[in-house]
Amino acid sequence: MTVTTQPEIVQAERPQIAPAVAKIALIGNPNSGKTSLFNQLTGLNQKVGNFPGVTVDKKTGYSQLTSSFRAQIIDLPGTYSLYPKSLDERVITDLLYDPNSSLFPDLVVVTADASNLKRNLLLFTQLADLKLPVVLALNMVDVAEQEGVKIDVPALQRELGVPVIPMNARKGVGVAALKIVMMQELQATKAPFFQIPADLKPMLQQVKDRFQLSSDYLALQYAHQYRHLKGFSVQDMAWMDKLLEDTEFRSVTQQANETVARYARINDILLDVVRVERVNKSEKFSNRLDQILTHKIFGYLIFFTILFLIFQAIFAWASYPMDLIDEGVAGLNGLIQDNFDGPLVDLLTEGVIAGLGGVLVFVPQIAILFAFIAILEETGYMARVTFMMDKIMRKFGLNGKSVVPLISGVACAVPAIMSARTIENWKDRMITIFVTPLMSCSARIPVYAVLIALVVPEKYYFGFLNLQGIVLMALYLMGFLAAIFSALLLKTVLKARERSYFIMEFPVYKWPRWKNVGITIVEKVKAFLFEAGKIIVAISIILWVLASYGPGDNFEEARELALAEAQAKNLNEVQTENKIASYQLESSYAGIVGRTIEPVIRPLGYDWKIGIALLTSFAAREVFVGTISTIYSIGEEENVSTIKNKLLSETDANGDPFFTPARGFSLMVFYLFAMQCISTLAIVRRETNSWTWPLAQLLYMSSLAYVMAFITYHVFS
Amino acid sequence: MQKKVSEQKSQKSVRDLKLGESGVICCLQDPEMGLKLLEMGCIPGTEVKLNSRAPLGDPITIIVNDYTLSLRLDEAETILLKQ
Repeated sequence: MTVTTQPEIVQAERPQIAPAVAKIALIGNPNSGKTSLFNQLTGLNQKVGNFPGVTVDKKTGYSQLTSSFRAQIIDLPGTYSLYPKSLDERVITDLLYDPNSSLFPDLVVVTADASNLKRNLLLFTQLADLKLPVVLALNMVDVAEQEGVKIDVPALQRELGVPVIPMNARKGVGVAALKIVMMQELQATKAPFFQIPADLKPMLQQVKDRFQLSSDYLALQYAHQYRHLKGFSVQDMAWMDKLLEDTEFRSVTQQANETVARYARINDILLDVVRVERVNKSEKFSNRLDQILTHKIFGYLIFFTILFLIFQAIFAWASYPMDLIDEGVAGLNGLIQDNFDGPLVDLLTEGVIAGLGGVLVFVPQIAILFAFIAILEETGYMARVTFMMDKIMRKFGLNGKSVVPLISGVACAVPAIMSARTIENWKDRMITIFVTPLMSCSARIPVYAVLIALVVPEKYYFGFLNLQGIVLMALYLMGFLAAIFSALLLKTVLKARERSYFIMEFPVYKWPRWKNVGITIVEKVKAFLFEAGKIIVAISIILWVLASYGPGDNFEEARELALAEAQAKNLNEVQTENKIASYQLESSYAGIVGRTIEPVIRPLGYDWKIGIALLTSFAAREVFVGTISTIYSIGEEENVSTIKNKLLSETDANGDPFFTPARGFSLMVFYLFAMQCISTLAIVRRETNSWTWPLAQLLYMSSLAYVMAFITYHVFS
Repeated sequence: MQKKVSEQKSQKSVRDLKLGESGVICCLQDPEMGLKLLEMGCIPGTEVKLNSRAPLGDPITIIVNDYTLSLRLDEAETILLKQ
């Protein structure tokens, strides 16, 4: 489809001074292809989902409109109207009602789903009435035509009085035309879509005068939303309170009348513009698919099969690349140690390379997990999960929408907690944020992987059920149960501030865009490598230093003590060396810290070495692996063996294996429940805007971890 | 629960629709939730059809203005239908 029509009004008047960089805001309903368009315009790598509200934060990027003209594009959260019902929708009003905002747009591009034009135009007419320059990006025109919805674009353009660009944002069709239109400095439309009732006009005039507003509709928006607007002083608030009381302004009634009037106007407009010729009366493909995928029995069966598949895949498929990485790191270290000597070589091999290997080895698992999550979101299946789970989730004080943060929490609590913004209800959202870190995140995978390999035999049942995989799934299940029962507890403690809704669009199934899946995997792996990885490597090195040096003459004294003891016991050379190393570690800085906290963690079956690992894990849970491998490799002659073999050969005072199943399971349970993540605490602080929530979480989860690990240790030993 | 049913008996709501059955919206009972429903296109005079129920009976999906909308039963109950 080509666009040759240019609206007449474009040529009318041009503003004298063009801004340095034009700012263009993208606004649209959820699922209207807004994020896809953003990607097309900016080329930024960003996730495109199919679930309502996947865009939570406003994102910005630059687009080269012509060779000499660059525009800043702002991607705003999906919304159905300018009356926000949730936090992320409020981002939009905060931006649009504050002309002094650094991101206040020069132009608004409204994306609309052509197959669902009526509802999409509601938001458009509100934006146009704000007197903002608007362009309508009519998306998914091809899909609409397949469904028999024919849109007369020139007629629509005439009726709306703004440029209308038919396009397919997923494929990039129409983007060039849109860029050309955006280049024009556009004028606001003249006639409003919604005629504000005459009796409101005197009141609105007062609002306009006081706040120096240009449009009546913006003044009306102020009257509706002044309690939530940014930069409103107490005096402004009191002034508005009085004005609205004096003029007997009824916000709810006025809003309802406005929406009904807008729909009536849109119906009028679309009467001549849209022709619906249903090709066939048979049910939509999506609906037929839903009869199976949300079936009473098959629906849950399929959902749990998918979950089970994911966990088996993480363990079974990931093991091949993981073994390769393991062998590579071990081989490299061996090579370096055979050919070079000195303290810096030890730092490189035992500190840096060992730490890097500990990070790299978990990339395959993270990649596989995020491939699954991305596909579920891309296809629209995630919305069905919400639909099927809502009734159950509600019983626990959660929301059907809580399933997305909870499932995403399996990957990482940080983005998951951010995605909880789509939950409109304050209480539901707080509960979801509070319990999400109890879901086993990917940072726990390394910890689980090492511990499971250590204490669970690699056994198969019926030829394909891997025992290690079953234990892993049990851990995830325990995390989920802890999350929902904690939610139940909170449900009774917290008081509701607003009502909880489930009213949302049920998206049609779409084939996943593999590019988006790929981008998601790359982004998550990168985030893990460069954000978590940094901390892991840095802490590995610090720990190696801490464990290799001690205060004063401690190291020399430890050596002499060990030598004396070895002579008395008549030990051979290797055993003597081990004794020295172990005594030296005990007298190192690390040993001192570890032993200080040992009395506290002894009831859980842990010694001072694990104590060190527990402490360093507060930076990031996966640091556990680096810490453990550094600490134990120091006390040994062999550096080449894998973490597992090192730990297996570790013995207690009686010469028995130290890592008994009781200790292994106790540790797994501790990591399952404990809040050991500074990033999560920081994001909870941001999302709840208080320190109360993260501190409550830290206290609650740590206590839970301690108690559960204590029980586990004593049950298994 | 029982009390609620007897109260609502007087007028049929979207909650009472059978699978595949249609009705015409008469009014929205809950003013605050009504705002959200209006924005989603549930305008009085519009036809709605019960499209599906979740496996546990709640929430449901309805077809309104040619698209699928999901909502809970107690939300559907506030959408009253013309006789």
